[in-house]
Amino acid sequence: MAKINPKKTPMIEQTAQERVKNFKEVPFGYSEEQAVEEAKRCLQCKKPFCVAGCPVEIDIPGFIKAIAEKDFKNAIKILKKKNVLPAICGRVCPQEDQCEKECVLSKKMEPVGIGRLERFAADWEAASGETDIPEKHVLTGKRVAVVGAGPAGLVFAGDMAQLGHEVTLFEALHKAGGVLVYGIPEFRLPKAIVQREIEYIEKLGVKLITSFVVGNTQTIDELLKEYDAIFIGTGAGLPWFMNLPGENLNGIYSANEYLVRSNLMKAYLFPEYDTPIVKGKQVATIGGGNVAMDSARTALRLGADKSMIIYRRSKTEMPARIEEIHHAEEERIQFEFLTLPVKYYGDENGWVKEMECLRMELGEPDASGRRRPITIPNSEFRIPVDTVVVAIGQSPNPLIPQTTPDLQVGKHGNIIADEKTGRTSKKGVFAGGDIVTGAATVILAMGAGRIAAKSCHEYLKTGIW
Amino acid sequence: MVKISKTQELAQNIKLFEFDSPLIARKAQPGQFVVLRINEPGERIPLTIADAKKEEGVLVIVFQEVGKSTRLLGTLKAGDTIMDLIGPLGKASEIEKFGTVVCVAGGVGTPEIFPVARALKQAGNRIISIVGARNKELLIMQEEMQSVSDELYITTDDGSYGRKGLVIDELKRLINENVKIDKVFAVGPVIMMKAVSETTRPFNIATVVSLNPIMLDATGMCGVCRVEIDGETKFACVDGPEFDGHKVNFDSLMARLKTYIREEKESMQLFSKHTHSCTCGGK
Ligand SMILES: Cc1cc2nc3c(=O)[nH]c(=O)nc-3n(C[C@H](O)[C@H](O)[C@H](O)COP(=O)(O)OP(=O)(O)OC[C@H]3O[C@@H](n4cnc5c(N)ncnc54)[C@H](O)[C@@H]3O)c2cc1C
Ligand SMILES: Cc1cc2nc3c(=O)[nH]c(=O)nc-3n(C[C@H](O)[C@H](O)[C@H](O)COP(=O)(O)OP(=O)(O)OC[C@H]3O[C@@H](n4cnc5c(N)ncnc54)[C@H](O)[C@@H]3O)c2cc1C
Ligand code: SF4
Ligand code: SF4
Ligand code: FES
Repeated sequence: MAKINPKKTPMIEQTAQERVKNFKEVPFGYSEEQAVEEAKRCLQCKKPFCVAGCPVEIDIPGFIKAIAEKDFKNAIKILKKKNVLPAICGRVCPQEDQCEKECVLSKKMEPVGIGRLERFAADWEAASGETDIPEKHVLTGKRVAVVGAGPAGLVFAGDMAQLGHEVTLFEALHKAGGVLVYGIPEFRLPKAIVQREIEYIEKLGVKLITSFVVGNTQTIDELLKEYDAIFIGTGAGLPWFMNLPGENLNGIYSANEYLVRSNLMKAYLFPEYDTPIVKGKQVATIGGGNVAMDSARTALRLGADKSMIIYRRSKTEMPARIEEIHHAEEERIQFEFLTLPVKYYGDENGWVKEMECLRMELGEPDASGRRRPITIPNSEFRIPVDTVVVAIGQSPNPLIPQTTPDLQVGKHGNIIADEKTGRTSKKGVFAGGDIVTGAATVILAMGAGRIAAKSCHEYLKTGIW
Repeated sequence: MVKISKTQELAQNIKLFEFDSPLIARKAQPGQFVVLRINEPGERIPLTIADAKKEEGVLVIVFQEVGKSTRLLGTLKAGDTIMDLIGPLGKASEIEKFGTVVCVAGGVGTPEIFPVARALKQAGNRIISIVGARNKELLIMQEEMQSVSDELYITTDDGSYGRKGLVIDELKRLINENVKIDKVFAVGPVIMMKAVSETTRPFNIATVVSLNPIMLDATGMCGVCRVEIDGETKFACVDGPEFDGHKVNFDSLMARLKTYIREEKESMQLFSKHTHSCTCGGK
């Protein structure tokens, strides 16, 4: 056997200096030759551990073999059996915690670039212009409503349509895609790709209705009069603030607001687009997850001189994808670790101008297994800022639970649903994704949509709850 | 796409639009609002539901042309469409039999308070309305307000109609005359709602105001609409827009409303430049 290259085949990217001036995607993706080269690094294990690391159990050696053999069409076919949104997952899955973490190569060298190959296959299909629309099942005559067009809802809708049900997908915003369109920036996930996937779902026969806020425009109970079953995939959209003095000063954003303005409303194209955004020069983003990285990198692209990440733990505890932390470092985002904001100071017009922070140290591990940050007394210091983005997390939006009294919710406002079936406490109502688990990942939300579709199909066939 | 079925100019720069929107019309309650987006590059702007004709499936809004989006909206005609209309949003007004209710409105606050006043009247309250405008020409929806009020007082800043002065003067007069007031609803410019709240506070008259912070999604997911109520942060789009006027931090609201003044000006200038060089005749 030929010697294996210890490193992943590199993916060409825009240089850091160049890319901070635009919103275009950072990596360009593999060429056919590069993809084949990377695919050949895979050992085609008899017992592929990588598959166990993938929440939707993609036949990873299978699709990689097809790429190695240049049968790209077959590669995409294998991928789509388990994952209807490969172009998205290949880009945003935290592979280092999932498939690639379990890859046998990772013990001694860099794992196979599974995500990169997945992305390659999906992009190849798009470029080839031939997307196979699977044959439709016989129509069952059952009507299903899906609430929320994020990854969970999209996958559920797609699966149910393929099973022959009449599916209507309701989305509160004016565009479908959930976090994929309003949260994750263009430079990490081009919106044209998300649009393509949504069009695919529509081609499967799903009827999409945007600007429809379930709970307000119609309640779950009202929908249940017209539909035989409902899936709720409304995500974790309620932003957290820290309740610090001065937090309502002008220039202080939740990450949701900052990203919705920039991504969904295209504020970076203001005044061509009408929605404005503050183009701060000294921007501090609070948090250490993907949302924080996305915000801090967006700030740079909006023209910040200095974009900082303020995180209360240290680098090792940061939950963001490694690739994004790496990209952020390359782009000269400044990291202030072990730092906790405690107060904001404003100018005479109500604009934020400084934030006061405390230094922290790490103590014993907490419930999350990570070492607990503890404040160091009298360590206050101030940072001059003109824009702050609070990216410390979000919880499920209470709109649907509030308007559906018999839907059981947990103490964080999450809808309670059975992990194996997606069934909620209310007959005919299923739920999955961030609304059930709290903020998690795209692939987990998709997995939940798929599980719920399977059990919803059963329910519609048998009527047994 | 949502069709505009009727447009009407109520006063200079104030327009009434009707939309074909049976779903929203059917659910709309007094005090609620919609968000609309005119076209693809458009922003999402919130507007109060001034009326909902449930049988006809018609939704009515009244808006003042203040900046780019409302001006652009104002150029549309019956038969035109807008991209998105979302609603009904926000909590409905609390309608009960309180006794005597004073409804105070200024400017485009009048169409906003109209459905609330009507519902309060239907609930058996005695309605005293105080409506203010800068001058006679800007007074709107008098007849409608008259039809749901037991008493209606009108003020104009310049005295061109009704009494010369501010709505607040009339409210003070009622209080001084010992009229028993059980509740006050006030809708209008922030400065006016603040003044109303300050006026009623010493007399412990329950006062409801309808807040109009900057909004984006208006479903509770962005937090731009946060307002300070009794020291606590609330999201006006889902927790409001109506709040107890005695608990609102109006100064914070006023500062936040100015966040994008610079950008709004830029947008407006660009829009004016554009419309003046096109075929619309400088409208
Ligand atoms: C900025 C950001 C970056 C992220 N980066 C990554 C990453 O790199 N990798 C990764 O795996 N995960 C990432 N995540 C997490 C991931 O995006 C989410 O876990 C995933 O999108 C959850 O999917 P969902 O379908 O449950 O919900 P969402 O994607 O949140 O979609 C829910 C949809 O429901 C709609 N909705 C809500 N309420 C209603 C209602 N009442 N009526 C109708 N519609 C409604 C919403 O508008 C939304 O479109 C990121 C999240 C954010 C915010
Ligand atoms: C719940 C609610 C109900 C409202 N009801 C009415 C109504 O019935 N009739 C009416 O004429 N106006 C109403 N408004 C105000 C209306 O939304 C603004 O006038 C409009 O958004 C201005 O947009 P513009 O582009 O024309 O002007 P701009 O030049 O963009 O703004 C003018 C001023 O309007 C405010 N504003 C700007 N953007 C927004 C935004 N996205 N959301 C809220 N306020 C903003 C700011 O204070 C700004 O200084 C309401 C606002 C809210 C929050
Ligand atoms: S879906 Fe995600 S976890 Fe599964 S193989 Fe693809 S990148 Fe890996
Ligand atoms: S574990 Fe790694 S080497 Fe083995 S099949 Fe999976 S990707 Fe290939
Ligand atoms: S407008 Fe976004 S939370 Fe209220």
